[in-house]
Amino acid sequence: MADNAIITGVHNTKVGKVPGSSAMSLHAEAALGAIADAGLALGDIDGVICAYILTENYPMLSSAFCEYLGIEPNFNAGLNGGGATGAMMVMQAASLVETGQCRHVLCVAGDSRVSGMTRDQAVAVLADFGHPQFEVPYGISIPAAYALVARRYMHETGATLEHLAALAVTHRAHAAMHPDAHMQDPITMDDVAAARTIASPLRLLDCCLISDGGAAYVVSAPDAARDTARHPVRVLGAGQGHTHEHISQAPSLTDFGCKNAAARAFAKAGVTPSDIDVAEIYDSFTITLLVELESIGFFATGEAGPAALAGELTHGGRLPCNTHGGLLSFGHSGAAGGMFHIVEAVRQLRHEAADRQVPDAELCFAHGDGGILSAHCSLVLGRG
Amino acid sequence: MTAKPVPRPNADTAPYWEACNEERLLYQKCGACGHNQFYPRSICAKCGGGELAWTEAAPTGAVHSFTVVERAPSEAFKPDIPYVLALVDMADGYRMMMNVVDCDPAAVEIGMAVRIVFENRHGQKLPQATPA
Repeated sequence: MADNAIITGVHNTKVGKVPGSSAMSLHAEAALGAIADAGLALGDIDGVICAYILTENYPMLSSAFCEYLGIEPNFNAGLNGGGATGAMMVMQAASLVETGQCRHVLCVAGDSRVSGMTRDQAVAVLADFGHPQFEVPYGISIPAAYALVARRYMHETGATLEHLAALAVTHRAHAAMHPDAHMQDPITMDDVAAARTIASPLRLLDCCLISDGGAAYVVSAPDAARDTARHPVRVLGAGQGHTHEHISQAPSLTDFGCKNAAARAFAKAGVTPSDIDVAEIYDSFTITLLVELESIGFFATGEAGPAALAGELTHGGRLPCNTHGGLLSFGHSGAAGGMFHIVEAVRQLRHEAADRQVPDAELCFAHGDGGILSAHCSLVLGRG
Repeated sequence: MTAKPVPRPNADTAPYWEACNEERLLYQKCGACGHNQFYPRSICAKCGGGELAWTEAAPTGAVHSFTVVERAPSEAFKPDIPYVLALVDMADGYRMMMNVVDCDPAAVEIGMAVRIVFENRHGQKLPQATPA
């Protein structure tokens, strides 16, 4: 355990509509925030991992970011696993510091998806994630792709619209406890039921937000972490699972790569789902989280929805989940969206989450999924 | 207003799209392992073999899942709202995404039998599903 990589700094920018922000300014703000949080200086950073942005065209984003910030790291790379990228960055950075190739790796993403593009542009660009020949010509959108999962999942497991609504309501209540969250006004089960349909069975409030925002973390070598300011958070286990990219090629609409990703991360950490105190799991849609909670093994098939209705996914429940409000209510800014979960995981494990704090949190499970439940990366993080 | 997207065939898929223009539906059968493959590739995704035979498909299937889209991905699809996007399990054992056309969206259900029809999209014919 003493050899595990340590997340030493985290930061999220304001999320929502951030006037005057650009994708690069959000990167820079997040990066400097995370470095300051760790108690490090810019010159301490010797590795950089970036993700991707949609609002501007930088084919070598990580190089462009280092140029923008004026740094010359020893290691610099881009990663693109869609929404799984935030978790993959931690896994990759941990490898770099555990093998002695770097001491302090900066992972950073941000995009101005509200200020830098129209809502129609955002929806259209995201729809191009469908297969260009065998899906896009049929009018696929990201919500429609997840709706195909939702319809089949509900058909096979008995999950209901009420179960999905309970997840949306819980996330909004969590966001109301976070000063940086995009959407803080409470919603009710009736609000979700009355929201217009986007792609049946998914309604507007089953869908994540589109936000400006950025996030960053610093992942440090175990010995290098002694120089940093905060309580250490260790990367105890990490794992990935990949089954497809396009939903029409998914081997199943009810069983996804999150199962293998999580099993690998739990095995590496030597813990089981019942040991976890708090979970931060990708929630691009309510159905995303429902499927993942069951696939990963936190709940038996068909039991995550009733658990959400019974308050088991909030403070005082069996598995407080997405305590920052998730993509559904905290915000979704592209690759930074999946990083917000990990920023929150670190704050929970440092016991810095203020009103949102899960008492005595020692172990957190964090998970990202990219594409249409395509690319998965799981992390088990521990208070060091 | 932008037009609906038209598939741009590549070396892997040109025979498939050319057959569609003759209103024939093809898939690839692997000579090494017998896997019925869709979408078309240069290799078999099950065994890595390269002996893929273009094979005429039975133009029937059943709806595995579907959604009624009410928020279009682009201007081009707005006039079609609400439209049905479906995953169809074809009789030959592979899955395709298509719209379910010439049908009340409210009548579509999982398991519904469909047959293939062809839509002429700016000179390229696209397979679509309709109730059998």
